[in-house]
Amino acid sequence: MDIKLKIWRQKNASTKGRFEDYDLKDVSPEMSFLEMLDYLNKQLIEGGKEPVTFEHDCREGICGTCGLYINGRPHGPLTHTTTCELHMREFKDGETIIVEPWRSKAFPIIKDLAVDRSAFDKIMHAGGFINVDTGSSKEANAIPINKKIADRAFDAAVCIGCGACVAACKNSSAMLFVAAKVSQYAMLPQGKVEAADRVQRMVEKMDELGFGYCSNTYACEFDCPKGISVEFIAQMNREFISAKMCSHKNH
Amino acid sequence: MIKLDSKIPGGPIADKWSNYKNSLRLVNPANKKKLEIIVVGTGLAGASAASALGELGYNVKVFCFQDSPRRAHSVAAQGGINAAKNYKNDGDSIYRLFYDMIKGGDYRAREANVYRAAEVSNEVIDHFTALGVPFARDYGGMLDNRSFGGVQVSRTFYAKGQTGQQCLLGTYSSLNRQIAKGRVKMFPRRDMLDVVVIDGKARGIITRNLVTGEIERHGAHAVVLATGGYGTVFYLSTLALGSNATAAWSAHKKGALFANPSFIQIHPTSIPVLNDYQCKLTLMSESLRNDGRVWVPKEKGDKRHPSQIPEGERDYYLERRYPTFGNLVPRDVASRAAKERCDAGYGVGDTGLSVYLDFKDAIAKQGQKAIQDKYGNLFEMYEKITGTNPYTEPMRIYPAGHYTMGGLWVDYNLMTTIPGLYAIGESNFSDHGANRLGASSLMQCSGDGYFILPYTIGDYMADEIRVPKTDTSHPEFEKAEKGVKDRIERLIAVNGTQTASSFHKRLGKILWDHCGMFRNAQGLQKGLELLNELEEEFWKEIKIPGSKEEMNQELEKAIKVADYFEVGRLMIEDALARNESCGAHFREEYQTEQGEARRDDANYSYVSAWEYQGHGKKPLLHKEPLKFEFVELKERSYK
Repeated sequence: MDIKLKIWRQKNASTKGRFEDYDLKDVSPEMSFLEMLDYLNKQLIEGGKEPVTFEHDCREGICGTCGLYINGRPHGPLTHTTTCELHMREFKDGETIIVEPWRSKAFPIIKDLAVDRSAFDKIMHAGGFINVDTGSSKEANAIPINKKIADRAFDAAVCIGCGACVAACKNSSAMLFVAAKVSQYAMLPQGKVEAADRVQRMVEKMDELGFGYCSNTYACEFDCPKGISVEFIAQMNREFISAKMCSHKNH
Repeated sequence: MIKLDSKIPGGPIADKWSNYKNSLRLVNPANKKKLEIIVVGTGLAGASAASALGELGYNVKVFCFQDSPRRAHSVAAQGGINAAKNYKNDGDSIYRLFYDMIKGGDYRAREANVYRAAEVSNEVIDHFTALGVPFARDYGGMLDNRSFGGVQVSRTFYAKGQTGQQCLLGTYSSLNRQIAKGRVKMFPRRDMLDVVVIDGKARGIITRNLVTGEIERHGAHAVVLATGGYGTVFYLSTLALGSNATAAWSAHKKGALFANPSFIQIHPTSIPVLNDYQCKLTLMSESLRNDGRVWVPKEKGDKRHPSQIPEGERDYYLERRYPTFGNLVPRDVASRAAKERCDAGYGVGDTGLSVYLDFKDAIAKQGQKAIQDKYGNLFEMYEKITGTNPYTEPMRIYPAGHYTMGGLWVDYNLMTTIPGLYAIGESNFSDHGANRLGASSLMQCSGDGYFILPYTIGDYMADEIRVPKTDTSHPEFEKAEKGVKDRIERLIAVNGTQTASSFHKRLGKILWDHCGMFRNAQGLQKGLELLNELEEEFWKEIKIPGSKEEMNQELEKAIKVADYFEVGRLMIEDALARNESCGAHFREEYQTEQGEARRDDANYSYVSAWEYQGHGKKPLLHKEPLKFEFVELKERSYK
């Protein structure tokens, strides 16, 4: 199949970017989307041009490194699919495909399609952990956890930190990302102890880093490659409100 | 002259580690604050080591090439993590886990190290649970287990098919806690390009900042490499594309011996190659062999749809050849058996290079829901990649390069032959012999990082308390930095016509064909010639667009491929020097009448540890004899 590409090119954070057009011939429907970009880059390099910078690593949908805005949707047209899992058989012969980086103030562009998502790490530094020292843990089966609760915690824990939720949101809100971690720990007995403190610190950091507010459009859930539910946002809001009320009572 | 001393403590196997721990010197908390440790890599090994060292009070600097430590390739491990909890009351014990690993590794691993890995496995599970890792549980709320290849007990803890992700995010959380406390400083988006050795001790590293291109110097009192394996040497492998050998190789060039480089695990159940532009093979977890049955048609070249092939015309060749272990034979055995069937003309799919992994019987017996609960994400992944639904037709699978048992040689302290330079996790060679059993990689990485290195490194640091902070203006830093810069200049100056990936692909093919699942002396020699020719072409034809002072992914790739030529050469040298078959190293000249590996314990019961002698020069072989005091050497049989 032959395709037309419109790809965002930007030399670095301080240079203005623009779309560039590319005609790509003989694309195989079996190629993954990123293999198609590899194929384009090979031609660009051999033609003496600069290849398109895009980030990727595991290429099996688990590391969260890749993330492209394809035809107006984070990770492209399929639900529950990362960019690296998307295949060219989802596109039509002759189709024009628009490829952009994540668009969010909190994720500045580094080069072409690569963005800086270190804001996510900073939110985690603020509270995305359980305070337990190596060596101080009890026998693992000492605290039984109801299977439903453990499974629910797992559903929240599958976040890959790709940033699609932020890219999908008109407000660039990171609520789904933060809620997934807050909820995972709040549900487990090991994480409950510090739940109130954790949610406040993480939310505060999220606000400080320039992510927007949630206005309940559910775009984040729709475009999350791991299908993380917005119910966790509701859970985080509950945690947050009760934490605020309790901390008020305590002081 | 390097002399190998494995420093294995004496005494009964079950007491070695506890007695040894009690003999190690300690560093008092006030002194720890003055000491700096560099950790390279943030997978399960690196992140656990960094956080444990931070908790102890050291100043830790951590490096990774990814944009975030959470992306290290441990994240992609699927099936599980082993521990000797014996929760199933099925006869498991630390000794049994140790024994299974020694046997699984075909008697080419060090007893004491393996026993210790088994010994700390239970603490690892306790710690992950305390960190909030949501392992699978049964209806009573207790942790669940499943079975893995090469063993007859259920000792594998899991979180659906995402165990690696959940464990890695656990270590990432403990790392974040130390970053928040200021005990650990994180340096993402850095490639480590050299280790700096001053007066015989590792004192720092040289990195390239992948955003600015700046070449940086970082000093410390000790350096820990947790940089993973070199499986991407084959180009097509189950590994993340960024995984590479460059950091470990730079240590090797500075004097760290490299052990058993030819011991590379080819994983039996990967999704086969589907197109010529493919640069990655996706693994389907070994856990699937708990419920999936492997088969090919009994008739050569049978092109019928699998559903049209009746039961009697299917050859469940693993069950046929290995009735005791059946579909759960270890990886090396399963891989060779698949290749044997395909080479003999029984393979399926367009290329004939795949076999079926069929869940029909399991679904009929347990229902689709039960299978979905166990492997849901793997089935989804399979469908996304191949476009076919594994609930209704069997998966097609084929072996792919996966894990490297070989790596930097380390002693019992996990220290390389360069004092102050440690190697943990997959980057060392120590625990898996000639073949790794499933789910023992996550176990080893986290054991090394959380529960072993923090003790052994203390003994070394006890001598460092009076040593001031490393001065990065030292001439050795100068020299190392210049070496790195010159090499980058040389690569860019070639200005040829071909991409790094195209060379990598060709190199991978040479190694896959000549130093892959089946090897022989003639083929290895041929491979060596082809590799040398290709390397020469690389240094004449490599094309790196853009400049070195910016984000430049082509430069990053070229540096790694340049090293892979040397890694590949050492793999071949090692495979040639080992005139026996053991585990994943199968020399066609040395096999039994039934086509199984034939070990030669009289002559090859040793670790081969290679010393670098300069580019293109024949490396020097050192031998660490393996003593088996607690396990009887036997023919490894799964029949």
